[in-house]
Amino acid sequence: MDDVKKRQLSITATKIRLAVIEGTYHAKSGHPGGSLSIAELLAVLYFSHMRIDPSNPKWERRDRLVLSKGHTAPGLYGALALRGYFPLEEISTLRQINSRLQGHPDMKALPGIDMTTGSLGQGVSAAVGMALAGKIDNADYRVYAILGDGEIEEGQVWEAAMFASHKKLDNLCLIIDNNNLQIDGTVDEVCSPYPICEKYKAFGFNVIKIDGHDFEQIENALKDAAACKGRPTAIIQKTVKGKGVLFMENEVGWHGKGPNQEEYDLAMKELREQLAKLEEAV
Amino acid sequence: MAEVVKKATRDAYGETLVELGAEYPDLVVLDSDLAGATKTGMFRKAYPDRFFNCGIAEQNMMGIAAGLAACGKKVFASTFAMFAAGRAFEQVRNSIGYPHLPVKIGATHAGVSVGEDGATHQCCEDIALMRTIPGMTVINPADAVEAAKAVRAAVKLDGPAYLRFGRLAVPVIFDDSYSFEIGKGVQLKEGRDVAIIATGLLVSEALDAAELLKNQGISARVINIATIKPIDREIIIAAARETGAIVTAEEHSILGGLGGAVAETVCEAAPVPVLRVGVEDVFGKSGPGAELLKLFGLTAENIAAKAKQAIALKNS
Repeated sequence: MDDVKKRQLSITATKIRLAVIEGTYHAKSGHPGGSLSIAELLAVLYFSHMRIDPSNPKWERRDRLVLSKGHTAPGLYGALALRGYFPLEEISTLRQINSRLQGHPDMKALPGIDMTTGSLGQGVSAAVGMALAGKIDNADYRVYAILGDGEIEEGQVWEAAMFASHKKLDNLCLIIDNNNLQIDGTVDEVCSPYPICEKYKAFGFNVIKIDGHDFEQIENALKDAAACKGRPTAIIQKTVKGKGVLFMENEVGWHGKGPNQEEYDLAMKELREQLAKLEEAV
Repeated sequence: MAEVVKKATRDAYGETLVELGAEYPDLVVLDSDLAGATKTGMFRKAYPDRFFNCGIAEQNMMGIAAGLAACGKKVFASTFAMFAAGRAFEQVRNSIGYPHLPVKIGATHAGVSVGEDGATHQCCEDIALMRTIPGMTVINPADAVEAAKAVRAAVKLDGPAYLRFGRLAVPVIFDDSYSFEIGKGVQLKEGRDVAIIATGLLVSEALDAAELLKNQGISARVINIATIKPIDREIIIAAARETGAIVTAEEHSILGGLGGAVAETVCEAAPVPVLRVGVEDVFGKSGPGAELLKLFGLTAENIAAKAKQAIALKNS
């Protein structure tokens, strides 16, 4: 990946982060931490890797993305808005009455949402169903599901893994966002899902471990996943929860609350400075 | 007297799926290791490429059904009522109900007539659970003929549906000319003194109860409510106004099922006594299905007795 592309993706990821802060600030709630940790991933998926057409969100041949960790909707909304699925200004309506931007993604409300999610562990099963539909139809679209590392404590996640592997759904790619934090503490303190890689290997997955803030590693992993035949892929991406906003980084308290005025100003200043630097370099 | 033909509604379900498989190339059937019992095994045999066994993992099965439906498939997902409505309730609610995806849940082995397997497998709460999900159609056919027609109607429905089938062979009370429509109750017998509103295998008991009452000079109306949601308010309110006393009958808890739905309707629109025949807020137990129905009072005799109580209340 060349520097120009990296810088472009970096700009996009920063804009996604700005949207996350904007949305959760106006909502006075929401989940900034886990939205910020997937900003690079969303930038690569929506701006480089996935076969999509924002002008035709229901296009049958599109790649699908299921945000199984649905509470990090602010990140997804940011990516979708920036990609042109809906106006970016709508971000400030997050979680408000009559907004299309529900607290968790609603496929009936907002274009670009491929599956309604929010109850942890459920999205991944729907992604498996979509991948199965692709196999039945001999279609060439791919299905992505983003899971939290806390989310994989749900038993359903492993039911889904067993089935996906059994049916050799190589058109399915899971990305587990390993930011190591869940509401009640670090994931290993609460109820350790580790070792994550070994678990998915044992379930028959092609497992790729990456730094989830490295664009090149993300893109390469997604390409490797697409090239892998006969089994599904699980990308375990190590990330920092709250990434990009210094006072939110690795702070469990920023799992599920919105910034107040002072925090908002501070976060926006930091992100805008990052953005200015990146744009200056272009 | 001609011998009563008996057939389990689950058999009609399996047969109809096979027929629909020929008509709908996009029809996909899922099961979770109970294909022999739920009768989706018939579909598996006919269309192995469109049948998927999800293993003993009902929650995942419901999610897979949702994903398939989101990609345009017509999906039937089957397991026992206990695991479809019970174990996977939240998956049905959030992955199927909330996005209003056209998944049809074929839930078999409902109620105490499951028999020997006992309480853990005798689901008497499923109607209550399923009818609280917004947009969920809930259908509980009375016999094999109605079951077949309900499956055919459900496949055309652009939204989720819960179809409830039984294990036990039950009397076939309709013939092929019977016309089924989702959301429409059917008056099977005219009567003026009391209305018996029944669903599922209690419909044939309700008809027998009306005969018992007739011999005692009581004129009982009998109404079959296959679609518990959306419920046929019109036929229920008319029954309340014209007879002044109602008995409901179902192989389900007296809490939240047909009895609850009828009482809600009547209370709001035409208050009259509503007495409920059903499983009385207890768990089931092991035994032959037909005997358990008697043990739990799901009989024509009990319906007739309740009908007389309802009439007494009306006149008090």
